Amino acid sequence: MEGSAALEGATPPRKQLESAVVRFAGDSGDGMQLTGSRFTLATALAGNNLATFPDFPAEIRAPAGTTYGVSAFQINFGVHKIKTAGDTVDVLIAMNPAALKVNLGDVHANGLLLVDSGAFGEKNLRKAGYDRDPLEDGSLKGFRVIKIDMSQLTLDALKDSGLSKKDSLRCKNMWALGLIYWIFDRDRQSTVDWLNSKFAKTPEIAAGTLAALNAGHAFGETAEISSDIGAFTVPPAAIGAGVYHNVTGTEAIAWGLAAGAMLAELKMVFCSYPITPASGILHVLARLKEYGVVTFQAEDEIAAVCAAIGASYAGSLGVTSSSGPGIALKAEGIGLAAATELPLVVINSQRAGPSTGMPTKTEQSDLYQAVFGRNADCPLVVLAASSPADCFETAIEAVRLATKYMTPVMLLSDGYIANASEPWALPDTDAFARFPVQFRKDPEGYHPFLRDPETLARPWAVPGTPGLEHRLGGLERDYDTGNVSYDPANHQRMTDARADKIAGVAREIPAQPVELGNDHGPIAVVGWGSTYGPINLAVEHLRDQGIDAAHIHLRHIWPLPANLGDLLRRYERVLVPELNKGQLITLLRSEYLIPAKGLNKVTGKPFAIAEVEDAVRAWLEA
Amino acid sequence: MNVVAPVEKLQPKDYASDQEVRWCPGCGDYAILKAVQRTLSDVGARPEQTVFVSGIGCAARFPYYLSTYGFHTIHGRAPAIATGIKLANPELDVWIATGDGDSLSIGGNHLLHILRRNVDVQILLFNNEIYGLTKGQYSPTSRAGTRTPSTPEGSIEAPVSAAVFALGTSARFVARAVDTQQKHLPGVLARAHAHKGASLVEILQNCIVYNDGVFAEFTERDVAADRQIHVEHGKPMRFGTDGEKGLRIRAGTLELEVVRIGEDGVTEADLLVHDETNRTLAGLLARMTPPVMPVALGVIYCDPAPSYERQINDQVASAMGAGKPHDLNTLLRSGYTWTVGAPRRDSDTSTKA
Repeated sequence: MEGSAALEGATPPRKQLESAVVRFAGDSGDGMQLTGSRFTLATALAGNNLATFPDFPAEIRAPAGTTYGVSAFQINFGVHKIKTAGDTVDVLIAMNPAALKVNLGDVHANGLLLVDSGAFGEKNLRKAGYDRDPLEDGSLKGFRVIKIDMSQLTLDALKDSGLSKKDSLRCKNMWALGLIYWIFDRDRQSTVDWLNSKFAKTPEIAAGTLAALNAGHAFGETAEISSDIGAFTVPPAAIGAGVYHNVTGTEAIAWGLAAGAMLAELKMVFCSYPITPASGILHVLARLKEYGVVTFQAEDEIAAVCAAIGASYAGSLGVTSSSGPGIALKAEGIGLAAATELPLVVINSQRAGPSTGMPTKTEQSDLYQAVFGRNADCPLVVLAASSPADCFETAIEAVRLATKYMTPVMLLSDGYIANASEPWALPDTDAFARFPVQFRKDPEGYHPFLRDPETLARPWAVPGTPGLEHRLGGLERDYDTGNVSYDPANHQRMTDARADKIAGVAREIPAQPVELGNDHGPIAVVGWGSTYGPINLAVEHLRDQGIDAAHIHLRHIWPLPANLGDLLRRYERVLVPELNKGQLITLLRSEYLIPAKGLNKVTGKPFAIAEVEDAVRAWLEA
Repeated sequence: MNVVAPVEKLQPKDYASDQEVRWCPGCGDYAILKAVQRTLSDVGARPEQTVFVSGIGCAARFPYYLSTYGFHTIHGRAPAIATGIKLANPELDVWIATGDGDSLSIGGNHLLHILRRNVDVQILLFNNEIYGLTKGQYSPTSRAGTRTPSTPEGSIEAPVSAAVFALGTSARFVARAVDTQQKHLPGVLARAHAHKGASLVEILQNCIVYNDGVFAEFTERDVAADRQIHVEHGKPMRFGTDGEKGLRIRAGTLELEVVRIGEDGVTEADLLVHDETNRTLAGLLARMTPPVMPVALGVIYCDPAPSYERQINDQVASAMGAGKPHDLNTLLRSGYTWTVGAPRRDSDTSTKA
């Protein structure tokens, strides 16, 4: 908000802001994710555009007070279109010294620090690695620091609650939330309703959390600190009419899969093994039994993909989901689906690697694995979702292509999209085009690899159909009968057919549009997946400054859109920002022989807008 | 009243596919294929409702030779594929053909889980105590000391018993049979087929090329009667050429012992009566090895419980209720939503394009 112009017509003492970036940070047991998600809902209900970025450790309850146990939740909200969670933080709520230490670097100069001074005891300072108390030693002089003993104020507010000291202190996140609600003029009611329903069975805890929430809010109102803190309002955005839901990528993928199955008129059998950050999809779908969804928690990643293949073989939509390490285990199974030409949807919620890497941190480093990561020539369709809401449509597209072309389709999401949320205008799905699957029924002239002349897809004949009994397997199959064949010319022909089938998907991929800017010019910034927000805003800023940059964002990673090569050749420079060491760029260079340049980062965090902007400017000025 | 036309009963040969069988001449798999075709005919299996699933190995070629639906998949994973098939369509009659390497080495995990979940499939575990298709390496069921190209000094590993393993997983049906016993094998297979839930049949199968005669010490004609016992539920456990031997619990222990009827005052009343619902007894029987004890054949354990896919589909059916599935719009609006009315004007006049 520091850089945001105050809007006209503001009534003192509340100052109107275009946007603000708030980050809640504390111990992983402090309830920061919960606090952030409550604030998100209240902000969505207040009519703002928003984007969030939860950033938490892999450990469930890391040792209290340590820097590696810090959990944070960032939200960027405002009047205008919000496309990222924000490069720098306007307001940091730090519940202990470790939270301050880890997050201070992201707060911009003169930013506001709301600190629970009650948690800055000698022990916590030592655990965070502070030799001296930063609240006292002048090291924070570039910031506006508000020291509030939130711990004590929470205890005071709850002294008659009947809760123990320990339980009372656990309510201090609600105290902080109450204060932030006051600072940003947010309605508390959605949180009040939520607390009452969550703690319906333990009314004394419900009362305690509400008391803390209200005390924090009252503190803002009465403590006459508004001159220090400032009280703000962020007016509602111009949001189109409709029914909204604040959706995460996890939810949107789960719903998109369910939607895809319904549009294909298939039962979905979703088979998965728990892995961060993909497990949430299994959790959402496990609660959709009333929509006919069958979920199966398999014994391992391999069993999960194999059960999905078995389900597809028997006429359901088989889907499996994992993250990079699990996808690696599934590779042989995916090859079987490609060889037997069965529909299969594979979701990959990418995370930082290699190996176990950083399970809760985001990365885009599985593009190679998606496009190339199987033995032999084994092409399949690869799609990438660019935002939480985009996951819904992309998942439907994955189902459509898998069933139409009888092929595995891999949908790339990532840890950022999975956990981030954005308000989503719920579509009217009655208007969606259905794509009902036609199983083969007619025994006349049937063999299992009789290809559709246009799509090259083989017929889907499911067990239970009289007269179509056939044997299918991973051994190479004869082009003309489907029987096992080791014939050299036949293997060439089948390999070519499998490649041609996938290449042919490009026929129905929409021509690659330019998201922002002209279809030619000095520079195109080409992205895929979750980097959409920062790239789009960076290009927007550059164009505002008179720089003719363009943003191109790919949903179809393989095959690539048919016009992409021609489009990219119309720019003098092609910059490819990726959260990896340069994977899409390899594909673009090898397919189109263009001298593209990469902008690569693997810190487990999304791009900042400024990083993309600076890279474009640097290249143009070079 | 509708008259249901009687379906003509298919003969064993009707279950053969048009593919040339490519096992080595004299392989035990031929006998198993014959017994399975016999069984399919006996139980009146409908080819279109029947699916044979396999992994990799000699045994895994099985589906190609049957006229039913068949799926030859990847090494060790047939149980997982079969589970997916049953989740998609519980009405299908699913058989798994697998070997000792496929199911107890690379696929050991999946065998454990399909058995403990009790997915309604028949698992035919062809145990020849060797890797055939990769040319003769020792397998997890090979006895210690087995000399192979990969164990020139002899295997030093303790072998796993398929039947004992299965009982340990909480499997509800465990049987054992010998490939060449064509009078016995189809009956055991029919019992496995009738069982609702996962049924495991360990079929001792001779690999004529890499492990010929590995079971000869109890399958040869001259020793078979004394070194095998065919157990039957409710019948006293007798064996021997004239049924003169029997099994009983050794007093004061939890061990079985072989006794002779007529010796030391032993009568048939002293013998154990096979109770196939007794898991402890099943464990004792499955562990018996020659020459001191006879090898237990037949249905060692059978105690049905609801199948996995039945329970899952019951959960789905009950969630869906009697009506048709909810539509997509209901699904999307099932979470926390809010409504925005007519579009509001942006208060900032310098709104960017």
